[in-house]
Amino acid sequence: MNVGAFPAIGGGEPRGACAYNRRMPQAPQTPPQKIVPQPIRSGIDIEINGRRYRHTGDPELPLLWYLRDVLRLTGCKYGCDDTSCGACSVLVDGKLKRACTLSMQAVVDKRITTVEGLAGADGKLHPVQQAWIDEDAILCGYCQSGQIMAAVDLLARKPNPSDADIDGIGNLCRCGSYPRIRRAIQRAAAAMPGKPK
Amino acid sequence: MSRAHDAGRRRFLKVFGSATGALIVGIPAFADTPDELLGRNLVPLNPYLRIEPDGTTVIGARDPEVGQGIRTAEARILAEELDADWNKVIVVPLDLGVTTVNGEPHWTYGHQMASASTSVPAAWNDLRGVGAAARELLRRAAAERWKTTPASVRTSRGMAIAADGRKLGYGELADAASKLKPATTPPVLKAPPQFVLVGQDAGDVDARDIVTGRQRFAIDEWLGDTLVAVITRCPWPGGKLAQLDDAAVQKMKGVEKVMTIPPPDPARALGTQPLAAGVAVLARDTWTALQALDKLELRWEPGTLPARDDSALAQAAAALLAGDPAKAVRTDGDFAETLKRAPHRFKAEYRVATVAHAELEPPNALVKVDNQHALVVAPVQNPRATLDTVRRLTGLAPDKIEVKLPRAGGGFGRFLETDYVAEAVMLAKAAGKPIKLVWTRSEAFAHDTYRPFSVHQLEACADRKRKLTGWTHRIASTSRLAGREPRARWWLSEMHPDDLPAGLVDNLQYAWYALESALPRGSYRGSSHAVNAFATECFIDEIAHELKIDALKFRLALLGDPRKLSYRGHGGPVLDTGRLAWVLNLAADAIGWNKPHPQGHGFGLACHFTFGGYVAHAVEMSMEGERLVIHNVVCAADLGRVVNPLGARAALVGATLDAFSTALRQRIGVKDGRIAQRGFSDYPLATMAQMPHDVQVILVPSQENPTGAFAMGFPSAAPALANAIFAGTTVRVRQLPIWPELMRLL
Repeated sequence: MNVGAFPAIGGGEPRGACAYNRRMPQAPQTPPQKIVPQPIRSGIDIEINGRRYRHTGDPELPLLWYLRDVLRLTGCKYGCDDTSCGACSVLVDGKLKRACTLSMQAVVDKRITTVEGLAGADGKLHPVQQAWIDEDAILCGYCQSGQIMAAVDLLARKPNPSDADIDGIGNLCRCGSYPRIRRAIQRAAAAMPGKPK
Repeated sequence: MSRAHDAGRRRFLKVFGSATGALIVGIPAFADTPDELLGRNLVPLNPYLRIEPDGTTVIGARDPEVGQGIRTAEARILAEELDADWNKVIVVPLDLGVTTVNGEPHWTYGHQMASASTSVPAAWNDLRGVGAAARELLRRAAAERWKTTPASVRTSRGMAIAADGRKLGYGELADAASKLKPATTPPVLKAPPQFVLVGQDAGDVDARDIVTGRQRFAIDEWLGDTLVAVITRCPWPGGKLAQLDDAAVQKMKGVEKVMTIPPPDPARALGTQPLAAGVAVLARDTWTALQALDKLELRWEPGTLPARDDSALAQAAAALLAGDPAKAVRTDGDFAETLKRAPHRFKAEYRVATVAHAELEPPNALVKVDNQHALVVAPVQNPRATLDTVRRLTGLAPDKIEVKLPRAGGGFGRFLETDYVAEAVMLAKAAGKPIKLVWTRSEAFAHDTYRPFSVHQLEACADRKRKLTGWTHRIASTSRLAGREPRARWWLSEMHPDDLPAGLVDNLQYAWYALESALPRGSYRGSSHAVNAFATECFIDEIAHELKIDALKFRLALLGDPRKLSYRGHGGPVLDTGRLAWVLNLAADAIGWNKPHPQGHGFGLACHFTFGGYVAHAVEMSMEGERLVIHNVVCAADLGRVVNPLGARAALVGATLDAFSTALRQRIGVKDGRIAQRGFSDYPLATMAQMPHDVQVILVPSQENPTGAFAMGFPSAAPALANAIFAGTTVRVRQLPIWPELMRLL
């Protein structure tokens, strides 16, 4: 619940009353015959959470920093630089990847799903997200978006995961939320569409 | 019914009306700036409580959330006394509350700290009164509306209810209530049987934001025109920069500045200034800054006191322990004389490795500073210390320094320090732009306020009836207070004179020896309880085994009849041996201690009194080849009245797993005078596969005041595991981490 938490920063909204009601100066107009078409900027096309983006910067830029620094999609967390913690887990064409070492040129034309893209457009949570709330699998919460992405990936591959399957998730949690994560995955498995209620 | 004497005596509640008709309850310091309480768009909320005309109840949580569940617990405490409708409650984090009085900071919100499980007890002490006072005003407003007496109006789930059954929502009464003069006497608090929220489960109030990725940690915040800063620091303690060539870096697109950070001033307290000399790159984005950092050509000069690894420290400790202690912490009876005559004698040495905090959110800070104002957004456990650091570096008046308290990705003591905030303030001042400092993971391992290495020499003796008659515990460690406080106080963070078995054994000596180390050190989950309980609880297990007495029976006999011992440290003034024996019994019973144990399975017990909480662990394990399987774990806890059982269970399960993870494999090593660990790959936090599937938590119902929960589940977990390993393998591991030594001995 971040209502009013840091409204003055980060959000990008202007602070206080804005001047939209004042008469704005008219921009100088270019006659149509004088418009010179600009070459299309080349870059890396990707789709993130259903929206298309073109990255025109360094092709070596890791996806982690594209998401966090460029798009400000901060659900994908920085925890380490060598894929060992999993806090930056995302789905690339439906497969679980760690964004910290995945360069933009490795995801050309790929479809990326981050934790922000799991819920429906109507705000309805993904069964895994709902299970996390129902099991209160939170503690500090920093690793949980990565844990959730790993669980979504697992359930896509194994709709009825065994304990051993769940053990295959290698995302780190210092707080010790593993037992609740395990229960949340089992709960989500039972609640996934197509399962008998 | 009890009365909120503390809340009433210390600060009378002040009530404000607002233009929007909301009822706002705050404290007198707010009288100067009531418009800040109105919760208009784009204005941070400052009060503990605001009730909107539509019934929305906004509760301000004052303590930093680091995963201990304090925002939820605090709001539940206040909502309980308010009789709020929990479905209409929104919890928002408060900033650090401060005004300037005679140039000095005056703290306006009371307790604002995440340390040593103190937040819940503090909230229980004074936030109940805030809720009760607001409820009283709402009742009076309803009584006026209905032309009846306040006493005839009862409240329930955000409604005032008249004797004849008429109802009004709090939202409808908020405007009228805000115009009433608050009572001058402390409000009447609920009696425990009236509780409807306290003692019931509540999920984390931030859960939805966390699972959708909307929750913003400090590292997720941003300001316009901000530069990202990353720092490479001198790997040798006390070292300094010898040479720097940043020509290649200066030419890089997106790099704005390269700046140096001077070595720490030995005259200034550890933790209030940068931990090491450094070179910072300021760039437009993180990736550019990280690449630039790699391209710096630099050479460091080592300090005068080299970092020593644990074996070198152990040698130094052995020499120290042969001499006189720095502090005789406690001396009861005559141990030497008792030992001479005792038929049973025991001796063991335990070692505890240096460990790092390894919190998942690395240190970071977003800082904006100019001549008039400073803004700090960082993961902090000690907001007041944060303000002090910013104040010293900027010279700004306390009320001109805004300290935000975002949810932090763990802490475990690391964010009690303010070194990373100091770095960001220094850079922001010099650069003239807002700075977002982010530590890389390797820097977080290389520069931490580690839990220091320690050696424990234990000696004990028993009489012919196999009853303990003598006990000695001598510790050589680097004090967490070294570099912060005068030498005479160093022992205070290392050894508690009243920790058990003090008071249970007639001839007892506790002594502390000051081990020098160049590595920075600081607070860690459970503080010295976590370390000392490992040695004590394992040694008790050893003695029971040697005396051929069942470990549970031996412990219960040692605790003796239920009685209250004096306890002068945090969590006192008394330690109730009966409460500790009770949780021990519960844990042993639940694990099946007295039933036949499966072949090859080892069972272990341990218990400890931490910060007022009584916790016992029972563990069942076995070795399957080279794999340690933890079959069952029970954690029985008496934490006084539990505000939010769901949250307390999370804290206890989490602490148990965290303790196992730390005890099994975690160790900070020193190679060539510098920290060897660079990341999680060489500092292995336990994964899901390595941890038990569940921990059975037993919470003892209690009428005592709440103690908090975060630290309590940590200290007894590791010794219970070590004792189980001994029972299952006959290998006694007398050091942390356990795993490498177990593999060596098996």
